[in-house]
Amino acid sequence: MKPARFDYHQVRTAAEAVSVLAQSGGEAKVLAGGQSLVPAMNFRLARPEVLVDINRVAELDRLTDEGEILRVGSMVRHAAFERPVDDGPLGRLLSMAARHVGHLPIRIRGTFGGSLAHADPAAEWCVIARLLDAEMVAAGPGGDRRIPASEFFHTVFTTALEPDELLIEARLPKPSPSAKVGFKQFSRRAGDFALTMAAAVVEVRGGEIAEARIALGGVSDRPVRAPGAEEMLRGRPLPPSSSSSSSSYTAFADAAEHASGEVETIGDIHGSARYRRDLIRVLTRRALEQAAAQ
Amino acid sequence: MTPWVGRPILRFEDPPLLTGEGAFVADLTRGSSFLRFVRSPVPHGRIVSIEAPGGITVFTAADLAGVRPLRPLLHRADYRPVEQPILAGDTVRFVGEPIAMVAAPSPEEAEDHAEQVFVDIEPIDHVTSAADALLPDAPPVHRHVSDNVVVDARFDTGGVDEAFDAAEAVVEFDLRSRRQNAMPLEARGSVASYDRRTGRVTLAASVQSPHVVRTAIADLIGMPESDLRVVVPDVGGAFGQKFCLAVEDAAAVWAARRLRTAVSWVEDRRENLMSSFHSRDHHYRVRGAFGPDGRLLAVDADLLCNVGAYSCYPVTCGVEPLMALAELPGPYDFRNYRVRSRGVVTNTCPMAPYRGVSRPVITLAMERLMDKGAARFGLEPDEVRRRNLIRSFPYRSAAGLVYDEGSYLESLERTVEAVGLADFRERQDAAAARGRCIGVGFSVFSERTGYGTEAFAARSMDITPGYETVDLAMDPSGNVEARLGASPHGQGLETTLAQLIGDELGVDPATVRIVHGDTDRTPYGWGTFASRSLVIAGGAVKLASGLLREKLAGIAAAEMEAAPEDIVIREGRACVSGTDAGIDLSDLARIAYHASHRLEAGMTPGLAARATYDPSGTFSNACHAAVVEVDLETGGVEVKRFVVVEDAGVLINPMIVDGQLHGGVTQGIAQALYEEIVYDEGGNILTTSLLDFLPPTMTEIPEFEIHHLETVSEATITGAKGLGEGGAIGAPAAIINAVSDALRPYGVEVDEMPATPARLRSLLRKHERKYA
Amino acid sequence: MTEPIDLTLDVNGRSYQVRVEPRRTLADTLRDDCGLTGTHLGCEHGVCGACTVLADGLPVRSCLMFAVQCEGMELRTVEGLAEDGRLHPMQQAFWENHGLQCGFCTPGFLMLAVGYLEQHPDPDEEELRAVLSSNLCRCTGYQNILKAVRQAAADMRR
Ligand SMILES: Cc1cc2nc3c(=O)[nH]c(=O)nc-3n(C[C@H](O)[C@H](O)[C@H](O)COP(=O)(O)OP(=O)(O)OC[C@H]3O[C@@H](n4cnc5c(N)ncnc54)[C@H](O)[C@@H]3O)c2cc1C
Ligand code: FES
Ligand code: FES
Repeated sequence: MKPARFDYHQVRTAAEAVSVLAQSGGEAKVLAGGQSLVPAMNFRLARPEVLVDINRVAELDRLTDEGEILRVGSMVRHAAFERPVDDGPLGRLLSMAARHVGHLPIRIRGTFGGSLAHADPAAEWCVIARLLDAEMVAAGPGGDRRIPASEFFHTVFTTALEPDELLIEARLPKPSPSAKVGFKQFSRRAGDFALTMAAAVVEVRGGEIAEARIALGGVSDRPVRAPGAEEMLRGRPLPPSSSSSSSSYTAFADAAEHASGEVETIGDIHGSARYRRDLIRVLTRRALEQAAAQ
Repeated sequence: MTPWVGRPILRFEDPPLLTGEGAFVADLTRGSSFLRFVRSPVPHGRIVSIEAPGGITVFTAADLAGVRPLRPLLHRADYRPVEQPILAGDTVRFVGEPIAMVAAPSPEEAEDHAEQVFVDIEPIDHVTSAADALLPDAPPVHRHVSDNVVVDARFDTGGVDEAFDAAEAVVEFDLRSRRQNAMPLEARGSVASYDRRTGRVTLAASVQSPHVVRTAIADLIGMPESDLRVVVPDVGGAFGQKFCLAVEDAAAVWAARRLRTAVSWVEDRRENLMSSFHSRDHHYRVRGAFGPDGRLLAVDADLLCNVGAYSCYPVTCGVEPLMALAELPGPYDFRNYRVRSRGVVTNTCPMAPYRGVSRPVITLAMERLMDKGAARFGLEPDEVRRRNLIRSFPYRSAAGLVYDEGSYLESLERTVEAVGLADFRERQDAAAARGRCIGVGFSVFSERTGYGTEAFAARSMDITPGYETVDLAMDPSGNVEARLGASPHGQGLETTLAQLIGDELGVDPATVRIVHGDTDRTPYGWGTFASRSLVIAGGAVKLASGLLREKLAGIAAAEMEAAPEDIVIREGRACVSGTDAGIDLSDLARIAYHASHRLEAGMTPGLAARATYDPSGTFSNACHAAVVEVDLETGGVEVKRFVVVEDAGVLINPMIVDGQLHGGVTQGIAQALYEEIVYDEGGNILTTSLLDFLPPTMTEIPEFEIHHLETVSEATITGAKGLGEGGAIGAPAAIINAVSDALRPYGVEVDEMPATPARLRSLLRKHERKYA
Repeated sequence: MTEPIDLTLDVNGRSYQVRVEPRRTLADTLRDDCGLTGTHLGCEHGVCGACTVLADGLPVRSCLMFAVQCEGMELRTVEGLAEDGRLHPMQQAFWENHGLQCGFCTPGFLMLAVGYLEQHPDPDEEELRAVLSSNLCRCTGYQNILKAVRQAAADMRR
């Protein structure tokens, strides 16, 4: 389990990275945290001829708060989110999710951008990006372009990024300060990729759900939303605060049930497609309950 | 002075391991050529051709023409031997089987070169499950075994049908244990160094039985055994996987001789999961007949063990099916027993014993049977066991095994008390009212340990292990060295044997040197497996110490003009009891070596003793209990408590004993809930990374509650019983019974392990459909 | 460049000149080129943690980094824990609590725990368990590792 040979370039700026990528005729790969790429190279499942190491590109390791939008530079490490990066619901949500990204040493190296570019359908950041309708900013030979999350994730390990493009940052729209967030996942062992995860943002106005967003990970070939379930929740009251799972209140359970039916699921050795539907049902409901309990 | 035996002294093994100065096999590869094996990508096929570009060093079966295949033997009419070549010749039989090997100057280049070897294989129909392999039109894995059955053993006490006819209740079920990998954290590996001056090869290998490896490889290659030295450096866990011969190690020795240099093979995790030994892929059909009082009258079982593509050396693939047949009755008293146990070859990685061998599965079978029986009679799990456990000793089981004294009933009572069963039932109901689902499970079992030649001979193995020999010497400076054929790897044997010697010879264990894992320096022995080393090597150490003590006493008596029987040896001195007279042992050693003219007539110079110990075996016993919570919606299981009441006789070092239990129970929990090797329809193995094969982390493992009972073994001279495997044997049944107990209100019975969340959900869905 | 590159690595406060291909991982470089074989390889895909070392004070998987990335970093391995033959409190605690059996996972656990406790001297129990779940041990069942780290945490605070 030793990697195949490659050419190594350590770059200091994003522009330099883009230019090396351009010169490499599609045979180069960006090396970010290396926590997905290097295992794949050790197995020789990935064998890039050129590696462009962006670990020393300071400009990419930056969080910028623009009020409505949090700009996350692609080299910001997972560990940066363990403590909330802002006081609002976004900081909370990112922190809840960050704890589930692998283990501490993985979070110390792995990056936000690397996770998005790698596009594992069970990656927390991919699900959050989809949940919030984030925009990904890519730099290529022809300049920068923005790609909405709904178009960014193509299939397992495949995104809209061209081989010569560098992911610069993700732009995360912030939920309103009063929004409630929930994040639940189920994995076989601590730190493993989840079999399924559900993330929810609930915007509340006048005691009613003004907007709900639900994103699911680990269920199919990319992170997905559950639009039908989201729609069902619009205009519904929140559960009575005493007990969020009180039996007479069924809106969350109904929406979760709907979510489990409306998305495609696929099976693997850890669980069948059918089992993943079970997980969507329970995790969606629990994520909504968690949000409502805030 | 309080004896050393019984004290939890810190291990002498630890300091180098803590500071990074341990030397594992992969730490010894400097300057060697690196071997890499080209492995079969298909489960079954005929090798048409092998091509490699010029400029790389590659060897195939054609190069190894003079090397004999492995052909492990059992002398039984119901065993059919199969042959395993070191490198596949014309046929490959499992994904991962070695076909060719390359040698290169670095591990990276070895992989580069291996990738350039092109093997053209014409696929043949394959079979991966034992059940499929038995179908009439199944492809034979070995041409001469047309039905794929290589072991077909039967045993019948008679009286079984009558007992079933008379039964008040008959319990019948299928039980499935999915395939495991022992997965030592250090995978296998070896460095073979050719000495151009002497023509000898030194093989440093991560193995459990260096002498057996030496014999095996010398036989295969056809070299004098004395030309091969096997040394075992630090071993990063083994659990059985490093007991049977790795064909790769044989290939390494061959390559070292061919290339007249040093070559190394460091198995990577992918290879380890794919083509190191697997274990415990069993499928049982079990029937039990109970009398009106809930007493078990008879057991009738059909046991199928998938043994993979080949038979492991030296124990053979009979090891799982034959142990299952002989030990299924466990600690339960019933007289009517009928069993058929088969080993079936398939196009999968070969099996080898893994900590507990078949016992985790047969224990699960008996413990499921008990719980199912209890449910029929409306009894609590402890009550049904109380009615059926053996209570008078020695006890001869239905299968004919003789159990020495144990504390089966007492271990159960102590466990039930620790769990607080009655209170638990209340908590369980209260939890249920809050929508939470908890359960408790028990498992009582015996662990046959420390058995010698006679017990192994009953298996009719061509190679019959059993005894251990120890050479013990005190050097002229008074330091004690023990050399043994056992070969520990993490069990702390250096410390515990030194404790035994410390008491026998009156020396500080810290000054005792234990030498093992070197065929040049140690007497022939069998290595470390089957919970045997402490009992057998420990027994031999005690015998040899006794001989040495006698000699020391003799010299001291002569020097001090006292009677030998009046000499007491303690704290480094030989004293005449009841007087102040005494001599330091180091002075006696000087006399023995350097003033041998002062020795009594007939006494040989020097201080050395050799002893061999070969006991009949002794049974440890224990009861385990687990409390679990099942999340009905996800199928996830959390182990909340784990209680062990263990009786392993005299404990030499309680700290080490508890460590063995912790590790064993953890592996048992892993088997019950997490780990599984999976093949797909195409015969490909899907679990070749640790993201797919799931050894648990700290989060999944609860704190253990351990209690000890002490039935001093009369069958061993140290009074100790073995316990290396017990944790792994009892834990799966406790966990699975607990999960079943939790799910009882939902009509779910769990008879398969691992009980994964997906499996539990699928069982629960059936229930939900029924009640929808 | 696929050609070997000359590097200077700072390991345990000493500088090592090595010449390695870019594809050589930090773990292999430490082991094979610096002769520091205390760092072990149990999986080479980031799961087991046997290869954990500290890079600029933080625990990382050395099987998932290339040596060429590590120039200028302060690296620490198990060989650097004991000072003047005196065991680090973490090593001492592992010894006293029987936190190791075969010892293969031990260097990784020691570095993980030391790296973590240096940043978080007083972790709560749940946090500690979560962090220690980063690495695999096949022998000990983890109880004694947890006990050892708790004890060392107290000793290190002193
Ligand atoms: C044991 C283990 C457990 C893990 N568990 C989880 C988990 O639970 N959840 C989870 O989400 N992840 C998990 N991961 C993966 C981890 O989060 C990775 O860090 C992440 O998937 C990839 O980020 P990286 O920075 O390490 O990227 P790398 O591994 O460096 O790169 C990944 C891919 O993205 C490309 N890439 C990276 N950055 C850019 C960029 N800026 N522009 C263009 N392309 C780029 C690379 O070329 C490569 O193809 C786990 C990893 C391990 C080893
Ligand atoms: S060897 Fe690096 S994590 Fe296993
Ligand atoms: S002590 Fe052996 S793997 Fe941890």
